[in-house]
Amino acid sequence: MATPLSLKELSKKEILLSSGHRMCSGCGAPIVVKMVLLAADYPVIACSSTGCLEVSTCISHYTAWKIPWIHSAFENAAATLSGVETMYKSLKKQGKLNDDIKFIAFCGDGGTYDIGFQSLSGAMERGHDMLYICYDNGAYMNTGIQRSSATPLGADTTTCPAGTVIPGKQQQRKDLTKIMADHGIPYVAQASISNWSDLMKKVRKALEIKGPKFMNILAPCNRGWRSRNDDAVMLSRLAVETCYWPLYEIENGDIKITFKPKEKKPLNEFLKTQGRFRHLFSPENEWLLKKSQEDIDRNWERLLREEACVLGGQPAETTEADQ
Amino acid sequence: MSNIYAVTGNEAVANALRQINPDVCAAYPITPQTDLMQRFASFVSDGLVDTEMILVESEHSAMSACVGASAAGGRAVTATSGPGLALMWEILFVASGMRLPILMPVVNRSLSAPLNIHGDHSDAMGARDSGWVQLWSENAQEAYDNTVQALLIAEHMDIRLPIMVCLDGFIISHSIERVEYLDDDIVKNFVGTYKPQNPLLDIQHPKSIGPLILPDLYTEYKRTQHEAMSKVKNIVLKTADDFAKISGRKYSLFETYRLDDAEIGIVILNSAAGTTKDVIDIYREKGIKVGLLKPRLFRPFPYEEIRETLQHLKALCVLDRCDSFGAFGPLYTEIASSLYLSENKPIMINKIYGLGGRDYMPEHAKIVIEELIEIANTGKVKLFKDYLGVRE
Repeated sequence: MATPLSLKELSKKEILLSSGHRMCSGCGAPIVVKMVLLAADYPVIACSSTGCLEVSTCISHYTAWKIPWIHSAFENAAATLSGVETMYKSLKKQGKLNDDIKFIAFCGDGGTYDIGFQSLSGAMERGHDMLYICYDNGAYMNTGIQRSSATPLGADTTTCPAGTVIPGKQQQRKDLTKIMADHGIPYVAQASISNWSDLMKKVRKALEIKGPKFMNILAPCNRGWRSRNDDAVMLSRLAVETCYWPLYEIENGDIKITFKPKEKKPLNEFLKTQGRFRHLFSPENEWLLKKSQEDIDRNWERLLREEACVLGGQPAETTEADQ
Repeated sequence: MSNIYAVTGNEAVANALRQINPDVCAAYPITPQTDLMQRFASFVSDGLVDTEMILVESEHSAMSACVGASAAGGRAVTATSGPGLALMWEILFVASGMRLPILMPVVNRSLSAPLNIHGDHSDAMGARDSGWVQLWSENAQEAYDNTVQALLIAEHMDIRLPIMVCLDGFIISHSIERVEYLDDDIVKNFVGTYKPQNPLLDIQHPKSIGPLILPDLYTEYKRTQHEAMSKVKNIVLKTADDFAKISGRKYSLFETYRLDDAEIGIVILNSAAGTTKDVIDIYREKGIKVGLLKPRLFRPFPYEEIRETLQHLKALCVLDRCDSFGAFGPLYTEIASSLYLSENKPIMINKIYGLGGRDYMPEHAKIVIEELIEIANTGKVKLFKDYLGVRE
């Protein structure tokens, strides 16, 4: 019997990533992990790629993980977990194991969008029964805020610094969630810690589906985003409400937008509280702000059209905030 | 019923893997190994093994999947060659650092550039410091026998280290030879059941595997790997004794051939040892006291035993099927290290031969022996490191 997704019931569950880990105060990543593990009503074995979450949660001889957890290297979490899952399958087939276990990878955007992309793509294509979760903070935060293919247009990072000639990152983000959906896997979703119930429902749904699943979850990083360290949830909410980070799921190829803001907020509201975008508000960079807003609008409109198409040409109904 | 077959090296090793019946096998095609895993895949498709295959998208993922599978708590195998082993390099260290007894036949191949797919030891020599046990094989029979023995060494509770079984690409992997198989049930009993150590799949006892370790403990952690390696020699010998009982075939840390009373000697790995032995016979008939040492266990390296075996020689040539540009070949440096502590040691020369699958012919062994005779007589060396059979 699944635990009801109410705060009252969830508060009775054990948090499986203990406090005392060494993630920065106010980091979004451990919130992601805690929410995902709270949602799971199964025994879970987790795998992390090298990155902030990994180096901060298991420094020998301490571990914050109350569940079995493995880290192998940076670019191979999906391959490593596919090995764990296949051994599970083999031992179960041979009658050497009876437990019903779920397998979840928790990896940053560098280890997912970039160096781990081949490993992820391969594991998803092979159809392993696992949920791969990317906590996307939009840069290589662990090594000191270097640009990744998840870094948004215009962002100031240490490898694409906003200089006098080049104003930060010159390229759009890679739309990894869509790319994963195009693998034809049974479930792909985008979620945010600001919409916890939506996030947890997606995790629940994913864990009930057999086969490979991918979730991309925004994870604000106050060091890299140069924001206040108590703003992770607020920034996540602004990302959702500006449609910078739309909440949707793609189940067996059909897209469903799980949250539509009544009134789409201007992107600037998300950008202006972050130091990494400060230079965009200088007059000479106005074009970048304009382009960023146009990109967001175009992507959002496309999502709406895709959903309308799934619904048989009918415009999608507006849904209220899930809480 | 006869257990003697005419098979290729790849076929023999694939058959050993079938008899071992691993829980998980990760496979990625690369010449000349491809044929080995293809054969094993057909055993899986025909239900002859319990193995679950993971048909990965790269060798990096093959080794990563083996790390995950082995840490999960069962037997994991893969196989590779040349550039595939090079791509795995990072994860080879993860496998040994986590003390995972993964078994990997390595069908030795050269490294690019220029692209070359043939037999050469550059791959496994490049991985010599990765913390894997390495067994080398002269022919298909030895590749089969080493594969059957490998897991007993790797999985021994004093060891728990990954192991490579090396055989020469094409020369052995694709040549048909006489091979004597053991019965399936004999191999099954010999290999025994796997005893997992702290398996990840034991959800009642959660473990974190693969932590960050800072400078305060990293050295100690690495030293335990060295200590485990230092125990491998005895386990290899013990396993060889047990194997002799079921097979009648005797193995050791290395093989010697007509070496006891020899005055000059050759050290050579894998398939070229066979050709060399033939030429040694010719010279022995002429009264030339020449012998051979063929290493089997290259990691850990049996320095003391090799020193005792070679130190009586007057002149010695170490042949490397791998180059270290601007330095001596990797086998030469190990043999030189072995002999350093001897008071009376042979004059040593190094020949690089057979790169990228260049044939090693009887006349090459003759050139080496003639040069060694001259060095033994005159005490003079023209070139300490030279290339054998190279076109100028």
